[in-house]
Amino acid sequence: MTATVFTQLEQSLLQSLQVPAPPDADEALPLSPERPVRSLGVQHGILVLELLPEALVRVARGLRDDFGFDLFLDVTAVDWPDRTPRFDVVYHFYSTTHHVRIRLKVRVHQAADATAPDVRPEVETLTGLYGSAGYMERECHDMYGIVFRGNADLRPILLYEGFVGHPLRKDYPKQQEQPLVPYRPPQSALVR
Amino acid sequence: MYGKQLPIVDVTRPAPAGASAGSATPGKHATFEYLTTRKDELVGWARKFSLFPYPFVTACCAMEFMAVSASNYDTDRFGAALPRFSPRQADLLMVVGTVTQKQAPILLKVYEQMCEPKWVMAFGVCATSGGFYQNYASLPGIDRIIPVDIYVPGCPPRPEMVIDGIMRLQEKIANGRHPIINDRF
Amino acid sequence: MVVNIGPSHPATHGTVQIIAELDGEKVLRTDVHCGYLHRGFEKECEDHTWHNLIPYVDRLNYCSALINNFAYCDGVERLMGIEITPRTKYLRTLLAEYSRLADHLTCVAASLMELGAMTAFLYLVTVRDAMYEHLAALTGARVTYSYGRIGGLAADVPEGWFKRLEEILRDYELYLERVHGLVDRNRIFIDRMRNVGTLSTAEALHWGFTGPILRSTGVPRDLRKDTPYLAYAELDFDVPVGILGDNYDRYYVRMREMDESVYMIRQLMDMIPDGPINVDDRRCVFPEKQLVYGEIESLINHFKLVMEGPVVPAGDVYVGHEAANGELGFYIVSNGEGVPHKVHVRSPSFVHMGGAHRMLDGYQLADIVTTFGSINMIGGECDR
Repeated sequence: MTATVFTQLEQSLLQSLQVPAPPDADEALPLSPERPVRSLGVQHGILVLELLPEALVRVARGLRDDFGFDLFLDVTAVDWPDRTPRFDVVYHFYSTTHHVRIRLKVRVHQAADATAPDVRPEVETLTGLYGSAGYMERECHDMYGIVFRGNADLRPILLYEGFVGHPLRKDYPKQQEQPLVPYRPPQSALVR
Repeated sequence: MYGKQLPIVDVTRPAPAGASAGSATPGKHATFEYLTTRKDELVGWARKFSLFPYPFVTACCAMEFMAVSASNYDTDRFGAALPRFSPRQADLLMVVGTVTQKQAPILLKVYEQMCEPKWVMAFGVCATSGGFYQNYASLPGIDRIIPVDIYVPGCPPRPEMVIDGIMRLQEKIANGRHPIINDRF
Repeated sequence: MVVNIGPSHPATHGTVQIIAELDGEKVLRTDVHCGYLHRGFEKECEDHTWHNLIPYVDRLNYCSALINNFAYCDGVERLMGIEITPRTKYLRTLLAEYSRLADHLTCVAASLMELGAMTAFLYLVTVRDAMYEHLAALTGARVTYSYGRIGGLAADVPEGWFKRLEEILRDYELYLERVHGLVDRNRIFIDRMRNVGTLSTAEALHWGFTGPILRSTGVPRDLRKDTPYLAYAELDFDVPVGILGDNYDRYYVRMREMDESVYMIRQLMDMIPDGPINVDDRRCVFPEKQLVYGEIESLINHFKLVMEGPVVPAGDVYVGHEAANGELGFYIVSNGEGVPHKVHVRSPSFVHMGGAHRMLDGYQLADIVTTFGSINMIGGECDR
């Protein structure tokens, strides 16, 4: 895998997404609705794009349909407790034709508190594009409380029904156990 | 356990009518105690060689459990060969691997479904104490929810350790009390 | 009728719950639920130094722990910008293939046992047991090795290890031939496996399947060929693929892959060069014990590495290795300290469970057992 492949990919990607090329001095400008995608360049062999949450589904669709990224590898979040958009939601895609990986990063806000319930850590779901997104988004919801808008099935997957909190957030104490709950069958989509 | 006076015959109570007058003498009681002890030994001997394990297999230790039950180590030699995959037919619950908070109620349910007499082996350090998983998700030792007869630590334990564990459990069974008719005999 | 299978069920192995809606014996819909072995791996990662994680990483996929080891070490090494020594590179490749062999042996043995083929199970486990003892001679443990190190390996190969390896490979061929003879053309086996759990390539990609399951549908997609890492670029091997993507193909792809692994191991045995196994980098490699006892700089170095952990430059990296079940990815985020900010595992089993209902729906209830066996779900990496 050579760097030229990535440069070409990067250019054609940004072109097809109609992202205005920034003037050289403005490289570090924050994302805005006019400029929702920014390339962070190639990091450790992976092309990294940062986007606004609104642009996510559009970009993912473009990646799948026009660039052959047919395998949705992974979604997870990274918690930065001291930063203002607290979470990074990180997506990885792989193209089985070009053998290239790409990473998308989306910053989302933390749920503030009861006074501002409409500020939720929310992104659009990718289940419409990739079937595999369903399970992985459920896991990310379990662990970080990220709400994937449009994913109808956000039941707990690794945790159990009745678990309070999101264990991978940095403010969840590592050893905080929860009382054992009696066995309950998971609320199944079938039973419902 | 042998020294304990078993309430087989109440020496203080007068003998029921029709029974011979000498039935409540201390000498007769000793005979009963002798009999029950021999009975326990006999039943224990029989039971220790017909363990039917129920492998509650969850994690890494399953690899060693497979090795223990396969040809090289062969638990058949100890009468503990046939894994019963139904708790109703088993009398040795082998908890093989990590039990998590989510799994714990299920383990309890499986234990409760087993018939008496039953024994529990904690196979591996996770089942023994939680091992190096000390966090919100894993249960620090299955003895929090069910009684354990024998602990085999190790991550995972070598097959020899497991076999040693089985032999010690057999010793325990042989030396235990085995009420078979009711709780008094 | 809705039937609950698992999480502790006589007919399945591993802790997974399948809720199936039945029409007679036919499965209409299934809901696969996992997480019964969720041990908080990722939370533990944020509490231990980079070195201390290696034992945890082992216990993700306990059938082939070494592949996990090396993938994790590769990720950290990329962040630190370390190039491993040639001897380590070849040794890691050899051991990864050896682990793949053990993993496939376990998978095939378990799924055959569930079909009642106890003889094949005993044959395969006998071979695997010889391999475990052999690996124990190298690493000190039978199942969970903790053998990889950041920047190298824990120890060099002992005397006579390769000789014994050759013996085991010959045993492997002997026993595998018997297993082939027992089941390959066995009517019962074919009836249970052929045209059961069929998957098309497009569907497999849509649901994120990788590894032997994807290859059984007919695509030669293998990270070892596509994006070569370690020493795979220099090796000669085929990528076996299936035709129908059913249980029989998955069984056969695994059997063929084992043969390829043996072929690779034989090549690697001739290729391994002499030389050091650890890089000369004091940021992550422990100084030698006698120097720690005799020299203040090494003592401080050792102390810092143990107490604070190796300092990994800030950044994030994703490495994908071809594990026995599919793409094993580590997404590692460092904020420049001795403890990771985040280690996320893209585990093949978890993704496969997300798509497992595609292989179960529409078949018989009894087929759940065979299909589930051929997916080879590993609880440790599925639930982490």
